Amino acid sequence: MELALASAIGVLTAAGTYLLLRARSFDVILGLTLLSYATNLLIFSAGRLVVGKPPVLQPGLDPTLANHADPLPQALVLTAIVIAFAMTAVTIVVAVRARADNRDDHVDAPAPEDSP
Amino acid sequence: MSHLPVLAVLVPLVTGALVLLAGRRGLALQRLLSWLGLAALLLVAGLLVVAADQGPVLVYLLGDWPARLGIALMADRLGALMVMTTALLAVPCLLYAGSGWDRRALHFHALFQLQLAGLNGAFLTGDLFNLFVFFEVLLIASYGLLLSGGRGPRMRAGLHYVVFNITASTLFLIALGLLYGLLGTLNMAEMALRVASAEPGDLPLIRAASGILLVVFCAKAALLPLYLWLPETYARAPAAVAAMFTIMTKVGIYAVLRVYALLFGEIAGPLAGWAWDWLLWTGAASLALATLGALAAASLRALAAYLVVASAATLFIAFALAQPGTVAAGLYYLPHSTFATAALFLLIDLVRRRRGTAQDRLQRLAPLSQRALLGALFIVAAVLVSGLPPLSGFIGKFLLMAAVPEGAATGWLWGLLLVTGLMVIVALARAGSQVFWRAEPVAGPASAAPPHRLQLTAIGVLLAYGVAMTVFADPMLRYARAAAEQVLDPAAYIDQVRATAPGLRAPSP
Repeated sequence: MELALASAIGVLTAAGTYLLLRARSFDVILGLTLLSYATNLLIFSAGRLVVGKPPVLQPGLDPTLANHADPLPQALVLTAIVIAFAMTAVTIVVAVRARADNRDDHVDAPAPEDSP
Repeated sequence: MSHLPVLAVLVPLVTGALVLLAGRRGLALQRLLSWLGLAALLLVAGLLVVAADQGPVLVYLLGDWPARLGIALMADRLGALMVMTTALLAVPCLLYAGSGWDRRALHFHALFQLQLAGLNGAFLTGDLFNLFVFFEVLLIASYGLLLSGGRGPRMRAGLHYVVFNITASTLFLIALGLLYGLLGTLNMAEMALRVASAEPGDLPLIRAASGILLVVFCAKAALLPLYLWLPETYARAPAAVAAMFTIMTKVGIYAVLRVYALLFGEIAGPLAGWAWDWLLWTGAASLALATLGALAAASLRALAAYLVVASAATLFIAFALAQPGTVAAGLYYLPHSTFATAALFLLIDLVRRRRGTAQDRLQRLAPLSQRALLGALFIVAAVLVSGLPPLSGFIGKFLLMAAVPEGAATGWLWGLLLVTGLMVIVALARAGSQVFWRAEPVAGPASAAPPHRLQLTAIGVLLAYGVAMTVFADPMLRYARAAAEQVLDPAAYIDQVRATAPGLRAPSP
């Protein structure tokens, strides 16, 4: 499981970085999304990978990490997902507007006329 | 338990929500609410400074959980100083926006208050993940402020700014994930203890993870390889927003000082102070490059943006030396440089609107109405920014140079600070003579209306801050010295955070 998760994070990061460095705003946004997936998996794995253990206290089980999954990274991932989701929406709006104004979705699109 | 620290976040947050609700009832009500919120925030910031100056750190446990489990807000002298600087800077920015920009930019007042909430939260939080959340709050508000009412080129600059900052935030999360996996906590005081008692095998990983964190903060603070986004963004931002953004680079610098003084302070064992050597060199290099950028700038706004980078680099040098004297000089220089560069951005906007099609470009000569008034204001602002006597910039730089410790580095640091200071003076003098002295005579009746009195008041307030910082330099410096000693003594800080017990909840074992 460790190998699978680590490879997934690695592949997502590599693909995300590649797309981020491309010149079209659509590719850049996809790259940001892939990077945020990779980050979420990484944070999730910071609580150690365990199978079949609940993150909430159970009656009859000692309240230690031997019997439970660490709940904090799961809460952190939830926050990170929400923020990344909102950020993707913002980027799309800005990119669409920039494309409409500059008549090009190249990230360095030359301005029609250089005035603010 | 005093509720002061959380009020500094809640007041602008609630004001922002109220302004949003009042959105349909016209601009007058929005402005009134915004000003009431800012007045309340100024009061809170003042009380916070007085309370923090008593000595002990004010710890506020959110939800009454103990600091190691829940999120704690911590207000020490440094945090209170930053909150005060933010509130003071917000006054002229809101004044300037009130002269007409808030009519064009949708939801300006709501976004402005949310930006204040994010800034104050970042300055007061004692939890690293919470710092990330407040960074996001202030960034989301800044995207709105930058882009609202903008077109074409500003959209392109905005896209760069948004993508760059989201990438930096992703790196922030990666660093947080790694640090949580290594240390098992994200409360800064607890992290400091666990760094101190870490296994030798974990040390390289901790250093790598906190190195990623350093890259993130330096990206926000515009340090050497990561400052390329700043000039274009700031030059494209509306004037009131660009003035407010001068505190945004300071957030990154604050985060570096707070996190690295606390996590890798004296008690950190083998990792103590590892980041400072790197920061000293990159700070020096980016000071040199930013000054060259200011000399080569083709427009007034680009010149001001490079001066923001230069002031951030000076602060990095001051903090990276990590001596009480240099940090105190930096903490005096920080509000000074914020106010001075903000004044420059506002003033340049006034000049730009009176030069016709030449805008703020330096290569082109153009007529300029109200030359005497604007020129006089420019001279005062330039004296402030470049650190000439008798105003506050001189005091800050003088103290910094006096506090540089004796050693091999003294010579080249003095040389660097003096030469870059001279180059900034040359850049400002050249720009000023090009715009004000070589202005062509105004043809016919004055082509532009005189500046709105709110705009002049805003610039006057910012310049008055500089004069006040010179007149009241002694109490300010006493406060800055106490703040520096408090920041550089993490042990006392950690003890106070750990000793704060929940008020209502029975502490669990």
